[in-house]
Amino acid sequence: MRISKTWIRSIWIPIIAVFLGLLVGAIIMLLSGFNPIQNYSNMFIGAVGTPNAIGEVLRTATPLILTGCGFAIANSAGFFNIGVAGQALLGWAGGVAFALWFPNLPRIIMLPGALIAGVICGAVWSGIAGFLRAFFGTSEVITTIMLNYVALYGTNAFVKGVLAKGDNDYSPTVPVAARLRTPFLERLTQNSTFHYGLFIAIIAAIFLWWLMKKTTLGFEIRAVGMNPDGARYAGMSDKKTIILSMLISGAFCGLGGAVDGLGNYENIIVNDAMPSIGYDGMSVSLLAGGSAIGIIFAAVLFGLLKIGGLNISIMSNTPSEIVDIVIAAVIFFVGAQYIIRYALNTSARRQAAKNAAQVAATTVATAGVDSGPGDGAPDQPRADAIPPRQRGQKQPPVEQAPDHHDDDDGEAK
Amino acid sequence: MDLQVILLTLVSTTLVYSAPLIFTAIGGAFSEHSGIVNVGLEGIMVMGAFAGSVFNLTFGHQLGNWTPWVGLLAGGVVGVLFSLIHAVATINWRTDHIISGTVLNLMAPALGVYLTRLLYDGRGQTAILQHPLSTMTIPVLSKIPLIGPIFFTKTSLVAYLGIIISIYCAWVLTHTRFGLRLRSVGEHPEAADSVGISVYKYRYMGVMLSGFLGGIGGAVMAESITLNFSVTTIVGQGFMALAAMVFGKWHPVGAMGAAVFFGFAQSLSIVGAYIPFIKSMPDVIFSIAPYLITIIVLVAFVGKSAAPAADGSTFVKAK
Amino acid sequence: MADYTTIVRRGRVIRTVRTADESAEDLATMMVGRAINFALDKAPYHDGPAILQIEHLDVVDHNKVHRVRDFNLTVHAGEIVGLAGVDGNGQSELVKALTGLMPVTGGKVLIGGKDTTHSKPRQVIEAGVGHIPEDRQRFGLIMPMSEIDNMSMMQYYRPPLAHHGVRDAKAAAEMTARLNKEFDVRIADMHNSAGSMSGGNQQKLIIAREMSRDPQLMIAMNPTRGLDVGAIEFIHQQILNARASGHAVLLISYELDEIRQLADRIAVIHAGHLVATEDAENLTEQQIGLMMAGSGQTDKEATTNAD
Repeated sequence: MRISKTWIRSIWIPIIAVFLGLLVGAIIMLLSGFNPIQNYSNMFIGAVGTPNAIGEVLRTATPLILTGCGFAIANSAGFFNIGVAGQALLGWAGGVAFALWFPNLPRIIMLPGALIAGVICGAVWSGIAGFLRAFFGTSEVITTIMLNYVALYGTNAFVKGVLAKGDNDYSPTVPVAARLRTPFLERLTQNSTFHYGLFIAIIAAIFLWWLMKKTTLGFEIRAVGMNPDGARYAGMSDKKTIILSMLISGAFCGLGGAVDGLGNYENIIVNDAMPSIGYDGMSVSLLAGGSAIGIIFAAVLFGLLKIGGLNISIMSNTPSEIVDIVIAAVIFFVGAQYIIRYALNTSARRQAAKNAAQVAATTVATAGVDSGPGDGAPDQPRADAIPPRQRGQKQPPVEQAPDHHDDDDGEAK
Repeated sequence: MDLQVILLTLVSTTLVYSAPLIFTAIGGAFSEHSGIVNVGLEGIMVMGAFAGSVFNLTFGHQLGNWTPWVGLLAGGVVGVLFSLIHAVATINWRTDHIISGTVLNLMAPALGVYLTRLLYDGRGQTAILQHPLSTMTIPVLSKIPLIGPIFFTKTSLVAYLGIIISIYCAWVLTHTRFGLRLRSVGEHPEAADSVGISVYKYRYMGVMLSGFLGGIGGAVMAESITLNFSVTTIVGQGFMALAAMVFGKWHPVGAMGAAVFFGFAQSLSIVGAYIPFIKSMPDVIFSIAPYLITIIVLVAFVGKSAAPAADGSTFVKAK
Repeated sequence: MADYTTIVRRGRVIRTVRTADESAEDLATMMVGRAINFALDKAPYHDGPAILQIEHLDVVDHNKVHRVRDFNLTVHAGEIVGLAGVDGNGQSELVKALTGLMPVTGGKVLIGGKDTTHSKPRQVIEAGVGHIPEDRQRFGLIMPMSEIDNMSMMQYYRPPLAHHGVRDAKAAAEMTARLNKEFDVRIADMHNSAGSMSGGNQQKLIIAREMSRDPQLMIAMNPTRGLDVGAIEFIHQQILNARASGHAVLLISYELDEIRQLADRIAVIHAGHLVATEDAENLTEQQIGLMMAGSGQTDKEATTNAD
């Protein structure tokens, strides 16, 4: 079980993680002799200062919403789909290839067709790893990474050998009917690369929320992710769930690649490294705790960081890589959220230690009744009856419901 | 091209390309035997490559021919320091091992290029190394008839060093007290704890060893293959080393063997132009071959039961 | 062991007494707030048709260890068969094989006349089997999920809880509220996680879930493990209710007292074999104990030893 879905009140964890990440970045900047305050304000201006910037931020966020959703759904099922980048690449290639091979289709068929082509390519690529995991028990961590590199070199060969004209390292531009950018949007955002893909992404995120919350499939995926033993006992087929969750995950990632390809690039190029929307999408999902609405916000945040980050190196000598360092630090703190919770809980524990001193130290055995109706009732805190030492032990690694009054730790309710 | 030259080139290229993987895979084995999954080997290699390159460029004058070898140590030391991030996160702060490893992979290229720009006037890659780990002919062994000219002439000395180290490390893991305790911590930390073995200490050692060896692996890559450092120095070798470790069932010698095999697959794409049958195959087959082979091998030969039992678990010392 | 006992009920201290002055029954009454019925209300035994038929069952686990050997047992409608045995003699594997969680290597299992030897867990569930697992937190519940989700865990995919793959949250909530009341499951809010519930209430949730499906066969393994007196009484009564409604009950327990209290017939398992089946009143505790320890007798009348 990786990181569990978090309640709204745990929005503090991502916020604190972002703050700590920025702090780490600031410290590194100071150590390197740069001015963090100036750099961060340049970053902010660079991100939201002009309509063009805002357009670029939203354009950057668009594929991250999709790849973030892709990673999140696999994560809900208990898998680490590190193959996000490769699946996005396949989706990109599939979408662009469709558009180039059927150039005369009207927009109403072309656009959905190209996007669906991307979805299918991504889903199949991810499905391979899911199939191997379901039927052979092969760790999806390694297979998806390996498939990433196969995807990279494979799509490169495909672009150069099949799609590109002559000796080019890029394919021709897709026909107008397939482009997600429009003159209207360009005028609106001062010629940024903002495109309609954002709306597709948001709709997809809403679909993800609906799938996980409201359907039996979503229930099965979450159950298998939280407790595979219990899920099997309940009759759920873990093979079917594994494969389906990986297929859907790949579908989202493929859509992300296709949307980026048809909206941002409007063609496909030979990549010399793994496209960043893969790992960035994973980071977005981790930061958002896997929730659909959180992913949208986190993706926009990433857009702000990346586009704003470009401004850092324009306005100063600071290398723009500092933004990637900040992002890595943010994910570090998201992963190490135990330490954040621990720090937040320290005040509550100090209070509990005071109570411990007051409870009689004589050898008194207490008999408690489990099945009384006082379980968790709001006006009967169990702090009096049970020695506070048990409170500390009861800290579960998994997010508890908000009625758990032991956790009066200052987190927002 | 006559057969002997082909074989020589094949062996030599194989060893050159497998050397980084050998060291890193052994390091990964140490980490996982102590119970800490380390997918961050890629990031550790990046930092090792960075450190090795910078050391090589900075101290090349003073140290002459010793430079690349000391550079390996520099890579190792930086790898240890970098791996501490993973160690603290997983051992003390209960981070999920895969997330923490991914953080290493995200942080390293960014940090490496950032520092490169600071050191070298805003450029994103270092200059070409002047004191690389070149191929060399081993004095006595290359005179052995038949195998001498193929295996010990113009070959990668550091790869042989890696092979020897893998055998030594296998011995350490199975025949020393240290190795036994390290493995116990990865198989059943609660039991190890109950007999007084410090789980935290041994896990730190496991991760730091993976940092040291992974850093060396990265430095080998930079000093013998790419001959500089940039964001494209390490592209998947860390993951390949991880796969080699799994392929070799977490045994240092097995991991070394798998690493050599992957090196061989990579060398085919270079030497293949000279081998009659192979040169007619499209280039892309060679690029993807190592990865495909890894998958096939994993599916066919490796089950989940081979990993240390408590690999990936979070150990919290009961009070 | 304690010199003094302080009784706490619903968060408030009731009384502190000298332990030696009170009987177990009085302590229990003070804890629960009402008299505990240690002697259960058992309806007379009506034999019905065979519901569960296990014939020559063999189960081998993935380490190639033979866990269940040539096991034969029949459970009829309206009876409780108690399977006694020391932990580790094949009970877990037997239950897993019956419920489709472990493959059967030999023999046959019939439920309601249908061959379910190689059925998958869902097929077994749909054949009308309720299963109270030995490890409620690992197998019986999904701790981070809400109480509603846990209550729906078996039926979530069919009407009224879902239509065409879409879940009906209202129907699930209604069902949960109804079952909570019927089976005295106490939780502050149905949307809270199962992990926030006490052990007794978790077990009552599982029983509510399984009983409400009206299964023709109920398999209960260590159903009162780790629970307090009040919960144990309640759960025992539920098992008897199942029997009274005409269901077949296979009760597997490491507590001999529990089996002797509830079972109509007692079977003993040792090293994967069925050692004996006998009407409960015909076996003394000592005889059962001996059989559990392996001084085996075959499936015939047990010879009476001197008590």
